[in-house]
Amino acid sequence: MKNKQAPVWVIAEQVDCRILSVSFQLMGQACKLADALETTVESVIFGDHIEEQAQQLIAAGADKVYMGISPQLELYQPEIYTEIIVKLAQERQPAIMLIGSTSMGRELAPLIAARLQTGLTAHCIDLVLDADNVLEAKIPAYGGLLSIICPQKRPQMATVAQGVFPSPELDENRTGEIIALDILCDILRRLQTLEVVREASDGISLESAPIVVAGGAGAGDPEGWDKIADLASALNAALGCTRPAVDEGWADLETMIGQSGKMICPELYIGVGLSGEQQHMVGIADARIMIAINSDAKSPVFDQVDYGIVDDCREFVPELIKKIKEYQEKQGTC
Amino acid sequence: MLNIVVCVKAVPDPKEACNIKIDPNTKTLMRCEVPLVINPLDKNAMEAALQLKAQFDAHISVLSMGPPEAGNIVKECLALGADRGFLLSDPAFGGADAYATAFTLAKGIEKIGSFDVIFCGMASSDGSTEWVGPEIAVFLNIPVVTMVKEIVEFDKEWWKVKASLENGYRLMQVKLPAAFTVTRDLNTPRTLSFSGIIKARKKEITRWGLKELAVPAEAVGLKGSPTVVSNLSATESKRQVEMISGTREEKVEQLVQKLTDAGVL
Repeated sequence: MKNKQAPVWVIAEQVDCRILSVSFQLMGQACKLADALETTVESVIFGDHIEEQAQQLIAAGADKVYMGISPQLELYQPEIYTEIIVKLAQERQPAIMLIGSTSMGRELAPLIAARLQTGLTAHCIDLVLDADNVLEAKIPAYGGLLSIICPQKRPQMATVAQGVFPSPELDENRTGEIIALDILCDILRRLQTLEVVREASDGISLESAPIVVAGGAGAGDPEGWDKIADLASALNAALGCTRPAVDEGWADLETMIGQSGKMICPELYIGVGLSGEQQHMVGIADARIMIAINSDAKSPVFDQVDYGIVDDCREFVPELIKKIKEYQEKQGTC
Repeated sequence: MLNIVVCVKAVPDPKEACNIKIDPNTKTLMRCEVPLVINPLDKNAMEAALQLKAQFDAHISVLSMGPPEAGNIVKECLALGADRGFLLSDPAFGGADAYATAFTLAKGIEKIGSFDVIFCGMASSDGSTEWVGPEIAVFLNIPVVTMVKEIVEFDKEWWKVKASLENGYRLMQVKLPAAFTVTRDLNTPRTLSFSGIIKARKKEITRWGLKELAVPAEAVGLKGSPTVVSNLSATESKRQVEMISGTREEKVEQLVQKLTDAGVL
């Protein structure tokens, strides 16, 4: 019976032959959904020399892995990837299709969704089934959580960021089927990835930093932003931000924390000049200790942290840095 | 002549976005309390078009879908230097998700006529999906590159662009006509000039509804949307805040103590 039901799909992604952790995390959640739906989990992966990686997806819970292997698929090629996935999805009729909110996933997901004429929920922070076994994709919005469903069309599609779901244990003894896909040669070549360049990132990575300082609109101007950045360096912390800070041009999109940015879990989080918008706070909700500095005593951010300070961050932060440096010097001489 | 279409969205002013409430009945956003402005990233899309126009024989059409008031942001784009402005506005378009929005905009673009390049902002500040640009491309059956941060080479037929990637970029070669969604790294948007505003006064916005687009009501708005909001729940905070008060010096002192206690100093 189990195999008669529409499967749950995960579009996996590898970079330099390493499967991204978000793909494993999606496999874990897909298994839970598939158990409840009494169906199987299938995954699709593209690349060159990825036989081992296909095996790893089985260890992570896939019953079937569709593997597109070819030198011309080594780099993400939007048109070919889309074409193959769309054709396969039309054949296999998955009930659910999950994709990581990576640069690739964020481009590929809407291309697939529009081609399959179905709905796609962006950057979910939870995926559950309702009483009718319809997928409820939860997204934070306006002080609460919205549940988005796709009642009629299939597959039900969603993108999810790294860190939303835990990584599953890999079971090397699990068995499954690996199916090599025929690579279509007659694909329109209107678009081609010529080269992928990855640069070493400067600064401390948000995902691995024990301390994270995040700034928001309250910085006021580039000068105010620099002070928040100084606080991050004084604490040897990674610097994150909210959407308004990106929009103002003070911070890079890659340092944005939250639903459509990074989901992180540091030991200590200090939010400076930000209002506690849900879209940001969900990205940091599990930090061990949270501190907020905001000039508005009524700011919603103070409902979501352990320690709050009401003050103008542009005045307060330089004083704090001074004190931290004094303390560090004292420690250094002891 | 290079025909450029720029898609722009009127969004609640991000600076006042915390005042936006959800209508408990329709479960859609009540935007009326907050002024509408052009979506920040759409300014970069507009700037990209204007920079091309400065170098080429180009024609810029600006297209938006939204309530009648969204005409103001189309006007703003005309003042920036766009040649024509179009607003798709009809009660039937209301409540659209990304899919129905992209479908409607694609129909608008088809009605505008020939196009070589479509620019959209990478994401909107309110909906926070990034789907509209790529889905428009699917409906028009043209290629798309998302998150464009640099236009490296361009001619009438082929473009080379750099698109943002985790810790880097990808270099893409794409054949026109094509769609591009842009990041703020691409350029610095210009601000409105007085003479631009004066010139734009004479330009008229073309407004199209369901009838003009000749699409069935079932294909647009809430009815044409595969996704719907099924529920809205409040989130509860797991934390109990302790406010640190006193003079600035006292607050700094106490905070450093907290940091020390936490073992981070």
